[in-house]
Amino acid sequence: MMRRLVSLVGCLIMLGGIAQAQSGPLRIEITDGVIEPLPFAVPDFVAGDAAAADPAKNLSRVIAADLTGTGLFREIPSSAHISKVSDFDAPIQYADWKAINAQALIVGAVAVSGSKLTVKFRVYDVFSGAELGTGLQFSGSTDGWRRMAHKVADAVYSRITGEGGYFDSRVVYVSESGPKNERRKRLAIMDYDGVNVQYLTDSASIVLAPRFSPNGDRVLYTSYESGFPRIYVLDVGKVQRRVLENQDGTMSFAPRFAPDAKTVVFSLSQGGNTDIYTMSIGNGKRQRLTSAPSIETAPSYSPDGKQIVFESDRSGTQQLYIMGANGGEAKRISFGQGRYGTPVWSPRGDLIAFTKQNKGRFHIGVMRVDGSEERLLTASFLDEGPTWSPNGRVIMFARETQGASGRSSLYSVDITGRNLRPVRTPDGGSDPAWSPLQK
Amino acid sequence: MTFLRKLLLSSAVLAMGACTNAAGLGGANTVDLTGAGATAVGSPSDPNSVAYFQQTIGDRVLFLVDQSTLTAQGKATLDGQATWLLANTDYSAIIEGHADEQGTREYNLGLGAKRANSAREYLVSRGVAGNRVKTVSYGKERPIEICSEESCYEKNRRAVTVLSGALAG
Repeated sequence: MMRRLVSLVGCLIMLGGIAQAQSGPLRIEITDGVIEPLPFAVPDFVAGDAAAADPAKNLSRVIAADLTGTGLFREIPSSAHISKVSDFDAPIQYADWKAINAQALIVGAVAVSGSKLTVKFRVYDVFSGAELGTGLQFSGSTDGWRRMAHKVADAVYSRITGEGGYFDSRVVYVSESGPKNERRKRLAIMDYDGVNVQYLTDSASIVLAPRFSPNGDRVLYTSYESGFPRIYVLDVGKVQRRVLENQDGTMSFAPRFAPDAKTVVFSLSQGGNTDIYTMSIGNGKRQRLTSAPSIETAPSYSPDGKQIVFESDRSGTQQLYIMGANGGEAKRISFGQGRYGTPVWSPRGDLIAFTKQNKGRFHIGVMRVDGSEERLLTASFLDEGPTWSPNGRVIMFARETQGASGRSSLYSVDITGRNLRPVRTPDGGSDPAWSPLQK
Repeated sequence: MTFLRKLLLSSAVLAMGACTNAAGLGGANTVDLTGAGATAVGSPSDPNSVAYFQQTIGDRVLFLVDQSTLTAQGKATLDGQATWLLANTDYSAIIEGHADEQGTREYNLGLGAKRANSAREYLVSRGVAGNRVKTVSYGKERPIEICSEESCYEKNRRAVTVLSGALAG
């Protein structure tokens, strides 16, 4: 699977044409509290020939789904379109798109030559009567068409929001089936939108909390296959794994890569005490970062690799702390009511996402790195385990329902708390981890 | 898993004809034994049997919410376990620590480890050799009761002493 995806990276060409500065009214500020979704139109991309007809239609649909799924955009259906776009280079009939209030118009064309597919597109700011940015062209293998659609949608999203995109990304998670007392878990990887699910392990042993390497080529996770929780690293392309931590009499879990991809931070339990350690992937050399009788776990690096946020119950309840990458004194950052766990540093460095338990409810929330401006984004019987989209604007997490028939599924929500939506997976899901944007 | 296999093997060898529901073995992995057929653990009236350990003495101790301190009842159970282990030196044990679902995954792994260790330290304090008793935490991964109420939670907050085979050594 990775191989065919790699082939997509082929070429990216700036199309000729009149470059326009990103100005005028076509702009969404994601951090605004409540916004009206921006209406856009994406007529079926123009097919170069009969072989391109299906891909052209499918691409347009995935682009529309990506944009609509953000909650920031609203598609104007093709049934309402006045103009038809049958020639990629024909002049845009702005009046026709204004008449249906399409603020953004995405026009594209698809050509298929053997197993190679080429997509080009332009984005128009209808009310300014001008192109937004310049046209782009992607080419790759025909079976990588969904990635090309995600790349087009990422470009459109970036031009309108000024933020990086996140559609051309993947999610590794724990696929769950069976009742609570007989839950079967296996690692799975999929596109961010729940498509192209591939299983990476079988369900013979419990697996927990997979985490991507900084470039997405490897996954760290915890497995009970030895009878004890141990950390494994898995090569995503080859689906090969090896144990990283295997010291008798200990348990290791909650691993994450450092941004340098050479170091792993994790929790190790020995004699009932759980502390945080790092390990070099190359030579296995370990360093102990905390030494307290309390539970220290769920470590996550800052994007610059200089600090680690983690949870500890050293104060009597689970709270969030930040320490240097080599340990030392830790500073508590969470002070609200309740218990805080599973902190994850935003890829932008500005926020910490966490799970909060208060008065019998669970929440996913974010706070600034200094602990200020805490904002709860969700509330339910059991929400847990946030992970950041590559652009730091969306959080995916797991929600478990209450009772004997309880089931865990994946959801996403944006950092303002808007656009809570399920992420569809074939079975239940937990412990999602979002990859970086693919290259 | 290895230990279960050992237990299954030793039980099969020991087979005395007393069939017990596999789920009654109490280990977190007993799911895997379903359908394995006869698993003899001896008679609960035989003080040296596995069945006596599990049913008469009790193979588990329970904990209060977010606690790993042993209760008086838990200590009494562990006193019985220690006596049995001292009399049956061919057996070793893994203590499995568990948490209820009211907590985050990693924290519950840490909490389960503390619970298992509390039970282990108590057994060692009663004379059981440390090298006979290992611990593992399952956090909230293996509840035995599945309702989302305290009546279930109190049974899930447990440390279970799972014996492994006398003959498999």
